[in-house]
Amino acid sequence: MTSSRRSVPSWRALTLAGALLLIGAVFFVATHGTFASPRNLALLARQMSVTALLAVGMVLVIVTGEIDLSVGAMSGLLGAVATIASVNAGWPLAAAFPAALVLGAALGLAQGTLVARLHVPSFIVTLGGMLVFQGTLLGVTGGISISPGEAFLRVGQAYLGRAAGWALAGAAAAAFLVAAARVSGSSRARRIFFAAASVAFTALMNAYVGIPLPVLLLVAVAAAFSTIANHTAFGRRLYAIGGNREAALYSGVSIERHVSGVFTLMGLLCGAAGIVLTARVGSATSDAGRLMELDAIAAAVIGGTSLLGGRGTVWGALLGALVMASLDNGMSLMNTEPYWQPILKGAILVAAVAADVAGRRPAR
Amino acid sequence: MALLELRGITRDFPGVRALDGVDLDLERGRIHALCGENGAGKSTLIKILSGYSPAGTYEGEIRLRGETVRFSGVADAERRGIAVIAQELALVPELSVAENLMLGREPVRRGFIRWTRLRAAAQDALARVGADFGVERPVRSLGVGQQQLVEIARALDKRSEILVLDEPTASLTERDARRLLALLRELAAKGVASLYVSHRLEEVFSVADRITVLRDGRAVASAPAAEWTPARVVAAMVGRPVSTLYPRPAPPLGGEAFSVEGWRVADPDRPGRFAVDGVSFAVRAGEILGIGGLMGSGRTALAASLFGAARSRVLGSLAIAGGERRPPFRAPSEAIAAGVALVSEDRKRYGLVAGASVLENLTLPTLGSYVRRGFLDDGARAEASRRQVEALSIRTPSLGARAADLSGGTQQKVVLGKWLLAKPRILLLDEPTRGIDVGGKAEIHGIVCRLAAEGAAIVLVSSDLPELLALSHRVLVLKQGRPAARLEGSAATPESVVAAATGSA
Repeated sequence: MTSSRRSVPSWRALTLAGALLLIGAVFFVATHGTFASPRNLALLARQMSVTALLAVGMVLVIVTGEIDLSVGAMSGLLGAVATIASVNAGWPLAAAFPAALVLGAALGLAQGTLVARLHVPSFIVTLGGMLVFQGTLLGVTGGISISPGEAFLRVGQAYLGRAAGWALAGAAAAAFLVAAARVSGSSRARRIFFAAASVAFTALMNAYVGIPLPVLLLVAVAAAFSTIANHTAFGRRLYAIGGNREAALYSGVSIERHVSGVFTLMGLLCGAAGIVLTARVGSATSDAGRLMELDAIAAAVIGGTSLLGGRGTVWGALLGALVMASLDNGMSLMNTEPYWQPILKGAILVAAVAADVAGRRPAR
Repeated sequence: MALLELRGITRDFPGVRALDGVDLDLERGRIHALCGENGAGKSTLIKILSGYSPAGTYEGEIRLRGETVRFSGVADAERRGIAVIAQELALVPELSVAENLMLGREPVRRGFIRWTRLRAAAQDALARVGADFGVERPVRSLGVGQQQLVEIARALDKRSEILVLDEPTASLTERDARRLLALLRELAAKGVASLYVSHRLEEVFSVADRITVLRDGRAVASAPAAEWTPARVVAAMVGRPVSTLYPRPAPPLGGEAFSVEGWRVADPDRPGRFAVDGVSFAVRAGEILGIGGLMGSGRTALAASLFGAARSRVLGSLAIAGGERRPPFRAPSEAIAAGVALVSEDRKRYGLVAGASVLENLTLPTLGSYVRRGFLDDGARAEASRRQVEALSIRTPSLGARAADLSGGTQQKVVLGKWLLAKPRILLLDEPTRGIDVGGKAEIHGIVCRLAAEGAAIVLVSSDLPELLALSHRVLVLKQGRPAARLEGSAATPESVVAAATGSA
């Protein structure tokens, strides 16, 4: 009757952290230390930010037992919409950015409604959505890349000053420590870890020029989504729906509202990811965001999200995204032929899930 | 020499010794009944016997025809003639009866299935268990009782000499159960050795040659059936004498709490027909209304539709606490908001999120009530859960334990507990003790009576006649979706319920 499965999440986190360390160590040696230089780590953090933004939302979608294949195309489209609004239409950023976010939420809500109300499988709805968004993107950009202005680019390329970084880290660490004092056991250990991690991370980033803005945004979004997942009724019900849809329905959970809601949140994140992507790359192109949905799904899954629904964490997805970005970054540094990147990423994805499955198989 | 001998079987799980030196013999042509409470080790023993827990996971010895055997897996055990009819049916709903019966050993020529032979073989297999429904039908269109027969036909068709049955009658009607028991006796006469696990003592006594009682992983007593009495079996199971199995509910006190008029539920599988047709009743606060009837008589459809969970059209009206008459609930959330709760017959499917913790499950229906300024108050959730675990004596290692890892009776208490937190005024119970052992049943009966005494109106659907009659103030018997009898007081007897349900009155 009893089982050791309760220890699985920590086992999982440990293997993931171990894998990351291993990957880091291999690249450290192979690049004679360049991989772990402050400059490269800041670059790496910036590189992972777009995929990770999408992965954070993807976790909740997959936890609910759904999938969203349209996030890459939607991000590309929304990035272009923000660019066109600010460059061609001359909107201020304070209007162009919210417009992209609202449009993203609306597109997400539309897809979510099709899934929840008309019971079209999300795989199909979002596969169709992906094609529609890709086509629309090509249409609105006319196949030409559009460069946004200086202020727009800062979202993807600027850094938070060192002093501001330390101030933020100090505030965050203090908040975590205060929170740690109020609880005990493993939650206390976790909060202390977060306090230490925010200081260590800031020190690392400040060793270069400061915390990259997109990374700061990512941390804020991840914190918000982790809170939604764990500390709101909406979030816990998503887990219940993914774990057993019928039991959730019988418990009075409105499947429609929650499924629509999670796709809306995903759309909102696509807006943010699209803006960051355009700003980081420096232009809105007609194939922006292509295949990023697969990176986002892979990051979530490597981070321990079950495609069957009901299980997954936002922080795990961040680690998953970090694994994927590390592989890209490390191999680029080593000057490996580019074709090796997808091959290795694919192999790591399958290996991660295989290890997870082997680890949770009950000893019967 | 016995056909199968278990010697000193011991199995440890982290922190728990599930089995402790169990000896058990199965002899040709004999039915050996295994009784015990949930968590006594019955399932663990069956898993070892069936190869599901392969050699190496346990200590002790299994001897088949005097030879020591070490099963490497279920297939290995099956090859040696041991077939298990599991508590949970293992059929593929979308495939036909014939395909299910022959799954894994389809007659094939040059890679193509020989359908004629497959159907003929399936028909033979069904005939052997006395079933007469078409082999072309998809399994999902069969009732649970019929599915059970398919499962048994499949096991027998593998030329098994040893049959292990885990709660085979848990979801069967009286008639199907009787037929199954007769079938078991026939098989015994042909030399099959059976291990029969059941909570229904009348069945055990009607069919078993020998009875062994497991308690806390030990075989505490084993003797020929003639040397046992039901009371002694129960005493051995719980380790203490049980004087009365059923608490008597207090008489109802309040006014009308719930009434239903002209209730009709369309049958989703047969367009144009009604699974429930013209049912009306009223329940008072503190009253337990029993709903009797055969499997497929519309009892479950009635309970689900009252809760707004029907998958088809529902007609009629209901009223709560003497209020205005209103149309049926369109979703469970509406019913819950009105103070109605449903404990469903299928807790795995409708009751629990198996992979989630006890705490998550307990607080799921009432999650909104723990929200403080937009965020969940984890302390309040844990506190409410802890109180419920104590009040219902839910045996769980912790609030964080996964629901899937708990025993059946404990899971059912979690389902009850999550609804009690919602403080329903009207409680619909659909087979609340299905597949639960004697001790667990008694606890659940006690809880039901207490809730009634506290003023809840309860609608109790049960196939377990003694349970239905002991707990209900009144019994409404359904037959093919229509009310067949309303029985009260001394008029409600097992005979009168069965007579009304089968229409033999």
